[in-house]
Amino acid sequence: MKAGAMSLLKRFQVRADRPINQEVFIDEWSEAGLIIIDSPLDPAPSIGVAGDCVTEMDGRSADEFDLIDRFIARHAIDLTVAEQAMATESVELARIVADFNVPRTDVARLVSGCTPAKLIDVIRHMNIVEMMAGLQKMRIRRIPANQAHVTNRKDNPVLLACDAAEAALRGFAEEETTVGIARYAPLNALAVLVGSQTGRGGVLTQCSVEESLGLRIALKGLTSYAETLSVYGTAGAFVDGDDTPWSKAFLASSYASRGVKVRFTSGSGSEALMAHSEGKSMLYLEARSLLVVKGSGSQGVQNGSISLIALPTSLPGGLWGVLAENLLASMLGLELASGNDALSSHSQLRKGAKLMLQFLPGTDFITSGYSSIPKADNMFGGGNFDSDDYDDWYALQRDMLANGGIHAVNETQVVSVRQKAAAAIRAVFDELDLPRIADDEASCAVFAYDSSDIPERDQAQDIRAAEAVLSGSLGVVDVIRALAKQGFRDVAERILEMQRQRLIGDYLQPAAIFDSQFMVQSALNDPNDYQGPGTGYRLRQEPEWEQLKYLPSVQDPRSMNEPLAGSGLFTELRKAEVGSGPEVVIGVGPAFGSRLRRTISALDHSDVVAAIVKGVQSEGIPCRILKVFHTSDCAFIGHTAAKLSGSGIGIGLQSKGTAVIHRKDLAPLTNLELFSMAPLLTLESYEAIGRNAACYATGRAVSPVPVVVDNTARLRLIVQTTVLHMIETREVCTTQSPVEMEVRQQSDAG
Amino acid sequence: MPDNPTYPLAESVPDKIVSASGLGLSEVSLENVLSGSIATSDLTISRATLMLQADIAQAAGYPQLAENLTRAAELVAVPIDELLRIYDALRPRRSSLEELHTLADQLEQQFGARRTAIMIREAAGAYADSGLLRSDGGPD
Repeated sequence: MKAGAMSLLKRFQVRADRPINQEVFIDEWSEAGLIIIDSPLDPAPSIGVAGDCVTEMDGRSADEFDLIDRFIARHAIDLTVAEQAMATESVELARIVADFNVPRTDVARLVSGCTPAKLIDVIRHMNIVEMMAGLQKMRIRRIPANQAHVTNRKDNPVLLACDAAEAALRGFAEEETTVGIARYAPLNALAVLVGSQTGRGGVLTQCSVEESLGLRIALKGLTSYAETLSVYGTAGAFVDGDDTPWSKAFLASSYASRGVKVRFTSGSGSEALMAHSEGKSMLYLEARSLLVVKGSGSQGVQNGSISLIALPTSLPGGLWGVLAENLLASMLGLELASGNDALSSHSQLRKGAKLMLQFLPGTDFITSGYSSIPKADNMFGGGNFDSDDYDDWYALQRDMLANGGIHAVNETQVVSVRQKAAAAIRAVFDELDLPRIADDEASCAVFAYDSSDIPERDQAQDIRAAEAVLSGSLGVVDVIRALAKQGFRDVAERILEMQRQRLIGDYLQPAAIFDSQFMVQSALNDPNDYQGPGTGYRLRQEPEWEQLKYLPSVQDPRSMNEPLAGSGLFTELRKAEVGSGPEVVIGVGPAFGSRLRRTISALDHSDVVAAIVKGVQSEGIPCRILKVFHTSDCAFIGHTAAKLSGSGIGIGLQSKGTAVIHRKDLAPLTNLELFSMAPLLTLESYEAIGRNAACYATGRAVSPVPVVVDNTARLRLIVQTTVLHMIETREVCTTQSPVEMEVRQQSDAG
Repeated sequence: MPDNPTYPLAESVPDKIVSASGLGLSEVSLENVLSGSIATSDLTISRATLMLQADIAQAAGYPQLAENLTRAAELVAVPIDELLRIYDALRPRRSSLEELHTLADQLEQQFGARRTAIMIREAAGAYADSGLLRSDGGPD
């Protein structure tokens, strides 16, 4: 059916309005590059090697090589293993990628001899679960991490500093900022540097801007990594991007020459989007891109379609292909920042399912930019997951025993670190004669939801100041001095330590990050050593598990129902006897009105009993209340009451509020009416239960009490139900007979 | 310095690390920042340290990264404006074959940037075969 057409069936109408149906799904169109894998124009794998030269690759002889072939043949293929790798059956290579018995380094050695077409021929044999298993093994760093986006619409420096500090506190290993207005860049980089190091020492930061600006800011010591270097799988796309593999490789070396960590960017769909796919499949072109990344000597890549994610996901096998890209990067020994930054779906289900492909195996950076601010302030156009989603993310980590790279923090810590960051950036601005940050601006930034809560700054003045910073001599040493002079010695020390690390260069090695003590963690000194069950990174055996399982909302189930003091709501009168004549007997559970005083829906036990009694009496018959001690089970309580009732009709009532109407000649586990959804019962329901029980007792015709259905009740209350029932069961005394009770006067209730 | 210091250098040879301007790691202290004896320009990684990192990458099985770090080591002394000028010259259709070769020669002679020069000459050849030299059309 065409979109917009009216459905005949109501369920079709409802489904048409669901978020998933706002997505665009298309058929493959290989000529336009709109195909994930196996385009008819994709070449078959082949290689010819003579000495240290590639004479033929993927069906093209050296004199037919295009720009990309030429770069790959020269820089990206290990000729010492190429012939062995190319001669190995692709399915066999696929099997060793997935097989945890084969060590990562053995697989990587063979893969380094593969051509782009061979890589695709390998990956096409793998299903999504095998690829996840492969990624779990091939990820190069042992411990997973995550990267944050820290930006705002107004380029407000104090808000940037607060957000950078909070992101650092939450555990992000890298923070990426960018600008609304390009000329703000030095101030944004400065704010994120000061903020991040206020939150936690050792966070790497970058400011994503045009390359010459980016290099100048890095040179000032205000950033420590760059990941803006985009590469493509066809020469046409490369040239349209005004670059070549050689210009990018030179740029990478330029950054490294200043001690800046570099990560390239690639991702399926870019060539198709630029109309330069040459009719090749997205994955084949991504394999070429990744070999350009590797050949350039970049230590890593962010891929997984990145900002174009909705293009591959419009096609059959789209998410499979995105995972394939990620896996290929890891197989090639590249640090992997695995996308999940741009909005990937209207559907929360589809978005969450996509995330699991990287979240569960673990990657070097689960996202290449988790929006640490609300979506509206994300200047990358990102926000697949944002600051509103933190608690979902933390719950998933806790559920899956998977480290998604961040951890929950409590509000007090966040307030404190945001206040400190605001004060620190103000101090730096004061000391360096940058445009003043006012008191109210700073306090607004600490408590803001987003930049709409912040007063406007004089942007013209800020931009003038930013330009002066860029053209002048001001650098990180001045920032450190300013912080130390204004009393932020700890932050000053951390920024200084970042500069020391810059002189050492340990973080230029693959997949390097720092812990809060500035200990480098990279593929060299913390390599992924996964080799099947019992090996590799196991969250529950890591020190960070304590931090990751913490949620601010966690409750201690032992304290959910504290013991109550006093003598309870009822007075016990005498051992219960079998009654006579028309009556209804209410049997209550052993904790009723004593150890417990309220139902799960917070109704007082005395009110519940009064409502039932009122209902019984409205039908003109009496009602007795007795407490059952030998069982906590609702059906048996009700059946006990029925057996002691003169009419044979009893009501069973557990302390949590679950009720049953029973008759003495029925089997214990059957009933006349059961009200199992205690949370949905009101005093009116209990009165109706009493009335119906009285009707059964007197032989009048009865319609069952209507029961409300709420599918979320169990979801919300099953823990409470478990705790309440356990408390009641602990009060059971199997040798004690039922006792008749009356409601205690309020004045002497405990 | 030992021939093959182990990774991370921060642990194995911190006392041997010297910045491009000759500053020892221990001299990079808050006291020296406050006294004004350190400038931001002092805080640049040295050619020797980058070469060590290149050796470490090579030994760890990352030859392309090692090659990149070697080029980086060669570029330590090249001023940033010059780096940006070379980057521009390497973009598509910005340079003639001759200009790229001159650039490579200068880098090699002036800065001892042998590996970088090889890379630029290789680019020149690739651009010549792919129509990406300035004379091949497009803007001058």
